[in-house]
Amino acid sequence: MPVTFQIPGPLRPFAGGKGQVEIEGSPATLRDALEALWAVCPGIRDRVVTEQGEVREHINLFVGREDVRYTGGLTTVLPAGADISIVPAISGGVVFYN
Amino acid sequence: MSRVRVLAGTRKGAFILESDGKREKWEVSGPYFTGWEIYHIKGSPADPNRIYASQTSGWFGQIIQRSSDGGQTWETPGGGPEKSPQGWPMGESNKFVYDTSPETGKPLTTHQFYDGTQKPWVFKRVWHLEPSLTDPDTVYAGIEDAALFRSTDGAHSWQELPGLRGHETGPQWQPGAGGMCLHTIILDPSDPGKIYIAISAAGAFRTDDGGQTWKPINRGLRSQFIPDQDAEVGHCVHHIAMNPTRPGVLFMQKHWDVMRSDNAGDQWREVSGNLPTDFGFAIDVHAHEPETIYVVPIKSDSEHFPLDGKLRVYRSRTGGNEWEELKKGLPERNCYVNVFRDAMAVDTLDSCGIYFGTTGGQVYVSSDAGDNWSAIVHDLPPVLSVEVQTLS
Repeated sequence: MPVTFQIPGPLRPFAGGKGQVEIEGSPATLRDALEALWAVCPGIRDRVVTEQGEVREHINLFVGREDVRYTGGLTTVLPAGADISIVPAISGGVVFYN
Repeated sequence: MSRVRVLAGTRKGAFILESDGKREKWEVSGPYFTGWEIYHIKGSPADPNRIYASQTSGWFGQIIQRSSDGGQTWETPGGGPEKSPQGWPMGESNKFVYDTSPETGKPLTTHQFYDGTQKPWVFKRVWHLEPSLTDPDTVYAGIEDAALFRSTDGAHSWQELPGLRGHETGPQWQPGAGGMCLHTIILDPSDPGKIYIAISAAGAFRTDDGGQTWKPINRGLRSQFIPDQDAEVGHCVHHIAMNPTRPGVLFMQKHWDVMRSDNAGDQWREVSGNLPTDFGFAIDVHAHEPETIYVVPIKSDSEHFPLDGKLRVYRSRTGGNEWEELKKGLPERNCYVNVFRDAMAVDTLDSCGIYFGTTGGQVYVSSDAGDNWSAIVHDLPPVLSVEVQTLS
């Protein structure tokens, strides 16, 4: 059963403008699903993970309603038909110098 | 007839402002890269259709954008194929990887943090892009944490010039309030081997051999906030400007103090003169009068706005020391904006145009060298950088 990624607005240019991307093939873990997403939307990869391959500090990944930080990170097991959200952290009051 | 194209980077995208040589009526396009910070956007002197932009985000990292048609269309010149199998953009991050190879002498891998401890260099963003004077595909990038990179393939790939970060003073460099950023790159048109750079808060450096070796050029700078006020490094240089017809003469806006060097940075002297405050960020030089310079005085390092709420540019026609207030067309009261270091530029039309952008979202132009000002736009997001291209 395919899983579905929810793509945040700033990353939609890298997904052909789409807000959702469906991944076929029933990936078993979040890592498998992300690698399948990179294959379809390679531009999203470096926006979500750092040059060291770690999920960026201010990016949250949710499987359903669960933050994967508490469910095993990239090894999180996906239920059939999982809905995966890429959510930039909400921030406000950022000190900005230049 | 000549035209001008102003490139404005803002906190929420890039804007392009175009006018004929009269600089009275403007067409504004954008935002490009909506929602992203555009720290810097600059055109190639060798091919005005080639423009590079630094697109960055605290969430999503760094992207370099490139246009080959004067800003109408953009691409992300990453390392691999340009499109995915579905035809979607790759958007690679144009990886900026610090060079620690033995062949280049393993540049030192730590620098000083605010608290005096040593921290490893970590790439954060590109502050400044400086296209080559002669080759549209060659461009330099000043990054945070401070290092200098160069691309010779139109921003597809980047290599560090490691001699700078490997300088023996590297472990003493420490960040300014805005991070440890390499924010100024000046290429000497009379000598391809000579490059000037500046880092907050390490100071200014010069190479005479195309970037292999570097020399701190901070003699004459005095900074009260460091233990040794006359130290070789540790000065918070905010920006440096040079008129290309007189490449040995440099003007600097330091954290405090406006400075001048007549020998390529080997020695500096203060030229703050009668400025009401000599704190500030932006500084630039008239295109045709190398002794005419411009600054925007800012009240202090804790109050980043003009004195008394009155936005003023100050001009010296004597290379410093004697300054005149320029205020016609600028806000007379209740103005509490800042003007960032890369947010001032000059065109090369016969009547030299001066431009600057503010954190209030205004971009101002003077088409008569500063005598009269008007706002091209009033309500952009906070302006991070302003560059101008003079087009024939």
